[in-house]
Amino acid sequence: MSAQADMPVLRRSSRLSRTLLPYLLSLPALLVCIGILVPFVTAIYYSLQRYRMSQPWNRGMNWGENYLNFFTDSSFWNTLQVSLVYAGLTVGIELVLGLAIALLLQRRSRVNNFVSIMLLMPLMTAPALAALMFKLMTNPNFGILSYFMQLAGFQDFRWASSPDTALLTVILVDVWVYTPFIMILLLAGLRSLPTQPFEAAALDGVPRFEQFWRITLPMLSPYILTAALFRLLDSIQQFDIIYAMTQGGPGNRLMVFQVEAYLNFFQSTNVGRSAALLLILWAITYALSNVFVKNWLRLRERAKGGA
Amino acid sequence: MDHRSPLERVLRALALTAIVVFFMFPIFWIVLMSLQTNETILRSPPSMSFVPTLKNYAAIISGELDSNAGSMSIHFMNNLLNSVLLSVFSVALALLLGVPAAYAFARHKFRGSEDIAFTLLSFRFAPPLLVLLPLTLYFQALGLANTYLGLVWVYQLICLPLILWIVRGYFEDISPDIEHAYRIAGHGWFATFRKIALPLAGPGIAAAGLLAFIFAWNNFIFALVLASADKQPVTVGALAFVTASGIQYGQIAAAIVMSIAPTLLLALWAQRYLVEGLSLGAVKG
Repeated sequence: MSAQADMPVLRRSSRLSRTLLPYLLSLPALLVCIGILVPFVTAIYYSLQRYRMSQPWNRGMNWGENYLNFFTDSSFWNTLQVSLVYAGLTVGIELVLGLAIALLLQRRSRVNNFVSIMLLMPLMTAPALAALMFKLMTNPNFGILSYFMQLAGFQDFRWASSPDTALLTVILVDVWVYTPFIMILLLAGLRSLPTQPFEAAALDGVPRFEQFWRITLPMLSPYILTAALFRLLDSIQQFDIIYAMTQGGPGNRLMVFQVEAYLNFFQSTNVGRSAALLLILWAITYALSNVFVKNWLRLRERAKGGA
Repeated sequence: MDHRSPLERVLRALALTAIVVFFMFPIFWIVLMSLQTNETILRSPPSMSFVPTLKNYAAIISGELDSNAGSMSIHFMNNLLNSVLLSVFSVALALLLGVPAAYAFARHKFRGSEDIAFTLLSFRFAPPLLVLLPLTLYFQALGLANTYLGLVWVYQLICLPLILWIVRGYFEDISPDIEHAYRIAGHGWFATFRKIALPLAGPGIAAAGLLAFIFAWNNFIFALVLASADKQPVTVGALAFVTASGIQYGQIAAAIVMSIAPTLLLALWAQRYLVEGLSLGAVKG
């Protein structure tokens, strides 16, 4: 910057542009997004109203009542619980699996390269379509997974249509789609670790298991944290997989936040409650995203410093 | 690391095989289903020996599907076309808006730039329905309901933050000295941007555009809420397919295969770029 300021040729033309240009360049992108901020404010307004589309005459401000009602609303607590359990289990399983696969693929070789390309495929599949694929595979009449379960001795294993196994089924789809994402990030992390500590440990005869706990895991932890936070942010809002699989059923077994809010809006046309639900979800994701962005920026700085 | 016992090698090979089977089997099986008639799909126990047929694909392309209640016409090709239109135009618009903004954020630390950049990123993480549900009411008032224009606009929610943040990282990696040198030679900022910055950030822009395309293609919730049947992309169209009772299973499978093939092929073709984009800037190739 200072080098630029010393140039007399540039000074005249760039003073104006240097202050205005960045705003001009980012303005169009901002304008498009401001159009999106308006409905956000509207949603806050709706959440403070008694507003059912089926009863327009009854509409009016009720301030925090939608929120207060949640305290005694068992279906809200069910939604909160299902969402947290879903997010916790999917991210937990995906982290363990993703880390294990990344460790297996750490060394660059032709086979490992091939496997990691194959692993991209589920991640590139639309989650809603992945859910439909598993729906076909778990069909009681011809589904191959139902058949496998039968072979394994589970008669009448009903996958997503039974309240006992519905959660397991959607988690399976989520794990299938998103484990590769965590694997890719952790593999990138593993391959960027410096080699000296490992060489030193090998020279000292430190067992590999101990190397993993004492060196690999601590050095990889920023990557693990970033991956976990990013996935948590997505997973707590999961809609596609669950809606395509069961629309929140059977009963309200899979009523996560966004599915519940969607059905509230379109089926029971309770706009006020729907908006309040989504704002609670937004508060959770906003807090998470702040932590995530901080971690992510630190990780990027580190990646740049190492390169 | 270099000395591996034979036992370890066997275990490693077994683990890798299990991984490939787990992650590839669903795709493999759906492709197999799409090549079968209902009779062979419904065989028990399931078997992999059958005479492959392309009849399911022919039915999808012609739009005349066989169901229990006779023939019905569902134009899935229309959904495919919608997916192409929505994804292509959304990414084009996002590149047009996002690349200059990314350049501004990378080159000029102007007042509030970090806050604005974070606000744009936070759209990516906010629950989409929060914005979509009120938007349905606005769109009706504005006449944007069920138009491509309205959908492309809303798709910026996914495409724009992605492009902005990935491309910004690439611009930051280019040393500003090259640009300064070019400007001292008497070129304006736009020429500098076009001739120096854009080509240097080219791979990053390509990676971001590719990822944005795939996310737009795979999006489900936006079109589910905002589009009616004639504007729906494949993700929403395929769901209607499965729930419409009595369509032949092979034809459902064929529709799914045709819906996921474009993104999978794109990923195979450009996997290096994708991995770079997907690793959130933690790796630079």
